[in-house]
Amino acid sequence: MAERTGPGRSEARGGQQGRVLLVTGVSRDLGRRFARAAARHPNVERVIGVDVAPPRGDIGNVGFVRADIRNPVIAKVIAKEEVDTVVHLSVIATPGTTGGRSTMKELNVIGTMQLLAACQTAPSLRQVVVKSTTQVYGASSRDPAMFTESMEPRRTPSSGYARDVADIESYVRGFARRRPDIAVTVLRCANVLGPSVVSPIASHFRRAVVPNVLGFDPRLQFLHEQDLYGVLEHAVRTGVPGTFNVAGDGVLLLSQALRKLGRPVVPLPRRLVGALGSMARQSRLGAPDYSPDQLAFLTYGRGVDTTRMRSLLGFEPRYTTEDTVVDFADSVMPSANRADRALAALESRLTGAPGD
Amino acid sequence: MTESPAQGFTGATARERHPLRAIPAADWAAALESAAKEVFGAEWEEQLARFIVFLRRRISGEYSVDEYGFDRELTQRFMLAVLRPIKEKWFRVEVRGIENIPTDGGALIVSNHSGTIPMDGLMTMVSIHDELGRNLRPLGADLVFRMPIVGNIARKAGATLACSEDAERMLRNGELVGVWPEGFKGIGKPYSERYKLQRFGRGGFVSSALRTGVPIVPLSVVGAEEIYPLVGNIPALAKVIGVPYLPITPFFPLLGPLGLIPLPSKWLIEFGEPIRTDAYDASEADDPMLVFNVTDQVRETIQQTLYRLLGERASVFG
Repeated sequence: MAERTGPGRSEARGGQQGRVLLVTGVSRDLGRRFARAAARHPNVERVIGVDVAPPRGDIGNVGFVRADIRNPVIAKVIAKEEVDTVVHLSVIATPGTTGGRSTMKELNVIGTMQLLAACQTAPSLRQVVVKSTTQVYGASSRDPAMFTESMEPRRTPSSGYARDVADIESYVRGFARRRPDIAVTVLRCANVLGPSVVSPIASHFRRAVVPNVLGFDPRLQFLHEQDLYGVLEHAVRTGVPGTFNVAGDGVLLLSQALRKLGRPVVPLPRRLVGALGSMARQSRLGAPDYSPDQLAFLTYGRGVDTTRMRSLLGFEPRYTTEDTVVDFADSVMPSANRADRALAALESRLTGAPGD
Repeated sequence: MTESPAQGFTGATARERHPLRAIPAADWAAALESAAKEVFGAEWEEQLARFIVFLRRRISGEYSVDEYGFDRELTQRFMLAVLRPIKEKWFRVEVRGIENIPTDGGALIVSNHSGTIPMDGLMTMVSIHDELGRNLRPLGADLVFRMPIVGNIARKAGATLACSEDAERMLRNGELVGVWPEGFKGIGKPYSERYKLQRFGRGGFVSSALRTGVPIVPLSVVGAEEIYPLVGNIPALAKVIGVPYLPITPFFPLLGPLGLIPLPSKWLIEFGEPIRTDAYDASEADDPMLVFNVTDQVRETIQQTLYRLLGERASVFG
């Protein structure tokens, strides 16, 4: 492990040659923005973006290859371009425009298998970075308060995104065993929030009225979009192998987050929240659908321990969980702060000072 | 309101029916002011302003919870304040041996469990906070965190799940952790078996203390057994609802909600001498024989103290 991160190697790579990155999942915003930023880095010679669909926005200097990672063409791209680093960002949480759940599962699981198979035979490859998620830990009433990387989920997820990620991580572990010369970094990121992030939890927070599960106030952790790019860049630059939880400092209760966002809340029994989600899907209102995983998350929440992220990976997020929510709040119009405004007016009348 | 009160009475008929319109705004203000004086005293403006600052902070979410969900402000300003009169006036809790709890650093308080609902845990929390200024962090069963509202309040009051990961994490961070190893076997036992300690689980709490090297403080609570004397149980219905027992007391469900009022028994709680674990090596936590021995030692200490305290108490309601 030590010699892989030693100075000799980074000199050989960071010198005149420059690095060649292959980034999967560039049709989505996070992948596209990361690839574009990476292409601007002085140590990077070129970046190749791969996805089944073309990117929707500006990709700068990124060379785009329209390829399905589910088929072996990807191996040719890696060999021809002499890719030394693969950043795998195409593990998706929602089917989105790609189709149904089965397509999503195929893209996630079969796609990763094919990608790793291509990586295994590539002699030029030195490093693989996989963006995973803290959802692999699941969410239940029997969870420890803070999951460390060595803990297993209390209930093995049987379906959905969490199951996909669990499968993907086990393939990645197998790959790391077969190619010990490649530095494999798995980043288990907390829910990513940012002004332009589109994700189930972000759309949940953007609703004018937010339903929550009656009688539960889950603990949540968030990772700022900028810190996600930061940690990916850090992982590519340092090449520290291993699995790491990545999240902003501190935890926030769902009720606190919603108050900071100025969202009115309707507490509903858990089953009703689930029913509401599927109703919204059927009526095609564009409203988020709540998968069993998400519903469990909104009921019990989750906390992850980020000690290893700091000590071993050496990464320090710039935004705390609270900062992330505050920054996100600036991008959504508050729809309920009447109570606070009334109290502020009362306070300024009592103290004679203008309320803040 | 711009219109004069006289107009309100003589004028429109539809408006008259509105109860708020019939009272002039000035009267409302005067009534509110005298009410504020009543609640907050002569310095009411300042007091009220401070209260509003607190309220605004709560409403805008500008407070912090720790990683287990513990809301220190809410616990100290609200929950403990509600429980304090119950502790002092209703159960007249007498606390002994508080000096056996370390004033800082991790320690594990191990207590007997009784009383149908975990009132003994709540009273222990108030007692330790008031006598020592430390917050007890209780470890609760999975069921507590599965229940809506109850689980929510438990986390905000500082509790977390009784599992070795959380226990050891808290102890390493220097928290004062409370466990009730009898669990539901203790709290839901019939009145006829009062003050007879049940099995102490598998001794997981001892392993956690050994691994983290913190002292174990045995706690004996006398009085909680009598608050809701459990004379019957409906296991079939309990199974349907998904709870470990469904209590029948002499007054519940017979008197309905009135039966929920606990009997005002006299409480004695005594913290025993701490049992040190730092002499053992952390690896000895996996030695089942040592774990059993220490578990027995703790259990025996609590049982003997219970018998002694029962002898010292004049009567159940003394």
